[in-house]
Amino acid sequence: MCLAVPMKIVKIDSAGKALVKQDDLETEVDLTLIEDPKVGDYVIIHAGYAIDLLDLEEAQERLKLFRALEESG
Amino acid sequence: MSTSGRITLEHGSGGALSRQLTEQLIYPILKSEAYGELADATSFEIPGRVYITTDTYVVDPPFFPGGDIGTLGVFGTCNDLAVCGARPRYLTMGLVLEEGFPTSDLKRVLESVRRAADRSRVRVISGDTKVVPSGKGGGIFMNTTGVGEALGPHLLSVKNIKSGDKVLISGPIGSHGLAILAAREGLKIAASLRSDCAPLFPLCEALYSLGKDLRFMRDATRGGAAAVLNEAVANNSECGLEILETAIPVPGAVAAASDLLGLNPVEIANEGVLIAVVAPTAADKAISLLRSLDTGREARQIGAAAGRYPGQVILETAVGGRRILDLPRGLLLPRIC
Amino acid sequence: MSRSQASTSLKQVLQDRRLAEPLLQEIEKTAAEISRTVRIMEVCGTHTVAIRRSGIHSLLPGNVLLLSGPGCPVCVTPTSYIDNALQLLEGTDAVVASFGDMLKVPGSDGRNLAGYMGGGRVRIVYSPAELLPMAGAISGPLVFLAIGFETTIPTVAAAFLQARRAGLSNLYLYTAFKTVPPALRALLSSPDRRLDGFLLPGHVSVIIGEQPYGFLEEPGGVPGVIAGFEPLDLLQGILAVLRQIARGEQRVENSYTRAVRPQGNPKAREIMDQVLDPADALWRGFGEIQDSGLALKGEYREADAVPHFSLPPLYNLEPPGCACAQVLQGRLLPTECPLFGSSCTPEAPIGPCMVSSEGTCAASFRYGEAVL
Repeated sequence: MCLAVPMKIVKIDSAGKALVKQDDLETEVDLTLIEDPKVGDYVIIHAGYAIDLLDLEEAQERLKLFRALEESG
Repeated sequence: MSTSGRITLEHGSGGALSRQLTEQLIYPILKSEAYGELADATSFEIPGRVYITTDTYVVDPPFFPGGDIGTLGVFGTCNDLAVCGARPRYLTMGLVLEEGFPTSDLKRVLESVRRAADRSRVRVISGDTKVVPSGKGGGIFMNTTGVGEALGPHLLSVKNIKSGDKVLISGPIGSHGLAILAAREGLKIAASLRSDCAPLFPLCEALYSLGKDLRFMRDATRGGAAAVLNEAVANNSECGLEILETAIPVPGAVAAASDLLGLNPVEIANEGVLIAVVAPTAADKAISLLRSLDTGREARQIGAAAGRYPGQVILETAVGGRRILDLPRGLLLPRIC
Repeated sequence: MSRSQASTSLKQVLQDRRLAEPLLQEIEKTAAEISRTVRIMEVCGTHTVAIRRSGIHSLLPGNVLLLSGPGCPVCVTPTSYIDNALQLLEGTDAVVASFGDMLKVPGSDGRNLAGYMGGGRVRIVYSPAELLPMAGAISGPLVFLAIGFETTIPTVAAAFLQARRAGLSNLYLYTAFKTVPPALRALLSSPDRRLDGFLLPGHVSVIIGEQPYGFLEEPGGVPGVIAGFEPLDLLQGILAVLRQIARGEQRVENSYTRAVRPQGNPKAREIMDQVLDPADALWRGFGEIQDSGLALKGEYREADAVPHFSLPPLYNLEPPGCACAQVLQGRLLPTECPLFGSSCTPEAPIGPCMVSSEGTCAASFRYGEAVL
């Protein structure tokens, strides 16, 4: 029920909207639901709104785990 | 004739204004050595077996990034001929204009038609224009009928496909349908995408030189690659297709926009992509032939025909699973779920 | 991984077959330890589709059954909601705006909203943010078909508040919002339920966090793992449920840690709370579930489409022979329904499970569980 995609904030305007980017795709999203967003943050986007930040460190940790599993297996 | 005005019902009535429209706006843009004068019919000669096809274009909006209804009207119909193994030669063009359609837009469309025709080396040699009352049309609708000459005696057909044959695609998918959707729905996402509208004849001519090793080819228009792949084996009781998801070329922006909109790139229309099925021994040659041409630079093999699931298209997914690659169903609409 | 390409490579890595291999082996091993048939239900239409699109079904051991629950907001919206929307189009001058998902859903006489698109009376939105310029550009009423679960609800609430601040008094909401935890409770309390674990919806959980699932750890509950949507996320989630079952554990676990915080998104919930109050809701296939919906607060009553347009209350009336209620509750597999694939297909859907492309039956049909 929830198509949502991570994209990176490249610009934030004064009206609470952000320009986000993924590959060559840029689009505008609303940041109203995010506490303290910053340029460079990755946000999860659903229906034109950022619904939360993506924790890249967590993502990295998880990937490390996957890779470790692959190597030991 | 001034192009600052709008089309009126009188322009389609057959009287003085109709003549003015045809003689002063439409014909000057389309005339050629093959279309030397305005008459009720135009004659031409084509040696040997002739192919004919017709298509009607109702694209909304009529102007979109990468092309317009005129570009589509020419390339679309020529491509239908090309994938059957025919060299497109002549087109007719029927227009249904809605009262109030700006004359300047009509001129733009006609100029697109001319440019596309010149690029495809075809001539528009007959046409007709009607006008419907405001509210009864979509601005502009276009029908083009195309005739072409057979490149050779070998007939392409899905019936030629056998287990072991290779499935090739000429280039990356998804741009056209997304560009139209974005333009029509005012979606800011995918605003940067452009239609891949292009003539496929050079690719088709190159593949046709493979003779019987070329089994079948089709342009992946409405319904996208998924529709063509399914068409290829729908009534085949001996083989189906097995396609590798990781082999299907999808531009990054198309993938990202599809993710956001809940669409599947393999179901999105293209206007510059073809799928071909060739004998296994001809696959490498076919790919290098395609890659030597402008619109085929990213051609590659995406799968093969196999006997395990006759009549079906099976996708081997990136993660190594298997599932059916179904025909698209219903309208292409953005989703939240 | 280079920063600027972080999320592309993330997606690619999470589909990598070589990284999936060890997870699949662990799944195989754990499933063999359990040995009996286990039924894991996912309650998110996006999970339903993600699992099938990635072909994961074909990779799981035979004793692991993945069931799809009522996680598709379109599927659980009663047909009378569509009837009422059609009534708005026929009996008023309202323009109706909707997410694309609802356009093809048939009302009780088979008609849908798509037919009104050409004339401009029905407009698709990708984002509720589009409602503001849309309301500003028309003189008459604009009614938004406000469906969705907790992932979507905050976006509608935010847009609604923005519209109010901009003085757009012609925007009305026809709400049919639903919340997930009450549905999970209803599934657990079903008498002949056979459920061994839940795969919990990743993006709903981004908003609500882990706490609302706490009742799963009480007597009568089952293990629940919050999972993401890429193939490796799904395998990870399934493995986590299997491990809990094998060890006799019954916990709420978060395996989508890059997106879901334990506390969820408090700001999003606060915005929802400003606009909406809990309400009972009617679920197609389930009937009424207490406090499983959200309705506009009293102070916003004048923007509520139901009283403003005197829309009749919703009711459920299923076509004869339709077994969706059982499918939605995981008591019947799509292939076990006598209508599946014969009189009920994606082209001519009879019940809600086939109507939406995220519906359990539609997904099963299209991705070929029955065949492969």
